[in-house]
Amino acid sequence: MMAGSEDIVRFDNVGLRYGIGGEVLSDLTFTLHAGRFYFLTGASGAGKTSLLKLLYLAQRPSRGAIRMFGGDVITLPRARLPALRRRLGVVFQDFRLVRHLSAFDNVALPLRLSGVREDELRQPVADMLDWVGLGARSDARPATLSGGEQQRVAIARAVIARPELLVADEPTGNVDPEMAVKLLRLFEALNRLGTTVVVATHDVHLLRQVPDSLIMRLDNGRMSDPTGALRYPPRREPAPARA
Amino acid sequence: MRAPSVFARAIGRGQAGLAGARAARVLPATRLGGPMPWVIAIMAALTVLAAGGALALANFAERTRAGLEGGLTVQIVEADPAARDGQAARAAQALARQPGVASVRPVPRDELARLVEPWLGEAAQSDAVALPALIDVALAGPADEARLSRLRSELARVAPAARLDPQADWLGPVFETIRALRWLALTLIAMLTAASAAAVWLAARNAFDANRETIEIVHHLGGNDTQIAGIFQRSVLIDSALGAVLGAVLGAAVLVLLGERFGALQSGVVESGSLSTLDWLGVALVPVVMVGVALLTARRTVMVRLGRML
Repeated sequence: MMAGSEDIVRFDNVGLRYGIGGEVLSDLTFTLHAGRFYFLTGASGAGKTSLLKLLYLAQRPSRGAIRMFGGDVITLPRARLPALRRRLGVVFQDFRLVRHLSAFDNVALPLRLSGVREDELRQPVADMLDWVGLGARSDARPATLSGGEQQRVAIARAVIARPELLVADEPTGNVDPEMAVKLLRLFEALNRLGTTVVVATHDVHLLRQVPDSLIMRLDNGRMSDPTGALRYPPRREPAPARA
Repeated sequence: MRAPSVFARAIGRGQAGLAGARAARVLPATRLGGPMPWVIAIMAALTVLAAGGALALANFAERTRAGLEGGLTVQIVEADPAARDGQAARAAQALARQPGVASVRPVPRDELARLVEPWLGEAAQSDAVALPALIDVALAGPADEARLSRLRSELARVAPAARLDPQADWLGPVFETIRALRWLALTLIAMLTAASAAAVWLAARNAFDANRETIEIVHHLGGNDTQIAGIFQRSVLIDSALGAVLGAVLGAAVLVLLGERFGALQSGVVESGSLSTLDWLGVALVPVVMVGVALLTARRTVMVRLGRML
């Protein structure tokens, strides 16, 4: 991999199985570098969501080793996982908004969990909701929002605290193409500030929207392109990390 | 495209807690709700009654024992009135000379007759029934075996028909019963506390399951166990405090009413069981302890459930 870039995530021979079933992920060995933009592709059932679960610490692997931010995730005491999770931003495929909270309170939740004062978070949350086109709906509960609006709230929540690693599972699946591109720009903006971004998507058109992105492809639980050689257009060496 | 300003403001925040009203907003406003405050109220009322009863019994036992601790009764059981009166006089003089004897009072004949009149009728006033002579003795300290033995020896010398009985012995079975009732009350308090804890445990468990989705979201966003447990503790604090205070006030009101009823009997025995200011402070601790137990139970319940999550 490229010289001088920091490994933010490292998988070594990772396998994952649920219960006594077969492995849904096998022999995953790859590295995510700080400040890069990754697309994770693969057919339905290829294991994208399972891989993302490992990345956002919702699941421990059945075998292998995972290092994140320089620490061994497997042996990390459970009590130290929340601190690690606060360095992550996650866009869940099913949004996972808190149903009884307004769009504003959902977006503000990561900041409140991190101890940001109310007077400090009010403007940034409002700005973020404006950014995703929901400034006028900040008081709306998720149930009153459309699927696309809920998705934008989920994305705003994931990026509001400027995570070091953003993991997004089909983040543009419920929005129109124009909004999809706009949200990608949001991810790129975050990426330019140093956040490593991993976006799982079926949408090959999206891949073209981020020229410097790297592509990881899962086929039946195996990483077929951990180096990002399948990016659009293909290139052999990843670009240097941006500041 | 310019990034929203938030990116620069939310960086590098620490692990400050989600607390207070902000924490309360994370769970639905219904809190644990349901019957929990009422269950706690009933438990608190019963616990206050049990605690008040236990304290009253303890006071009664303590004050009665203190009153009887140095009390002795000497009976001169002699059918011949002249011999009985002679022995009684000698016994009274001999007892008055003994060290540690605070007072000696021969019970007058007519007072003794009045005491037994309800059982013997007018015969008690005549010489037809040979009543023993009684001497009421108060010791300066407790009636221990060494003192009793010394007094018995002296009495045997001057009044062979004398029988000496510590007054505390008469009420021994009563004290035993009171002790058993106190243990019963304490057991009742322990059981009520356990039942309250069980009610909170069930409520917290149900609330956890009902809000599991929210908890998982908070968990994934980096909320730690203490923060999440804190959200529940706040709900439990409000519910249990409402219930405990309401129950304690009801229980205390019943205690006051009972006290007034018993006080109206104007019986020294009943008054000796009344509650002191310190006792009332102890009763006031009941809701505090119940809220504490509720908080600890909720915290433990939630922490155990969270411990099962990664």
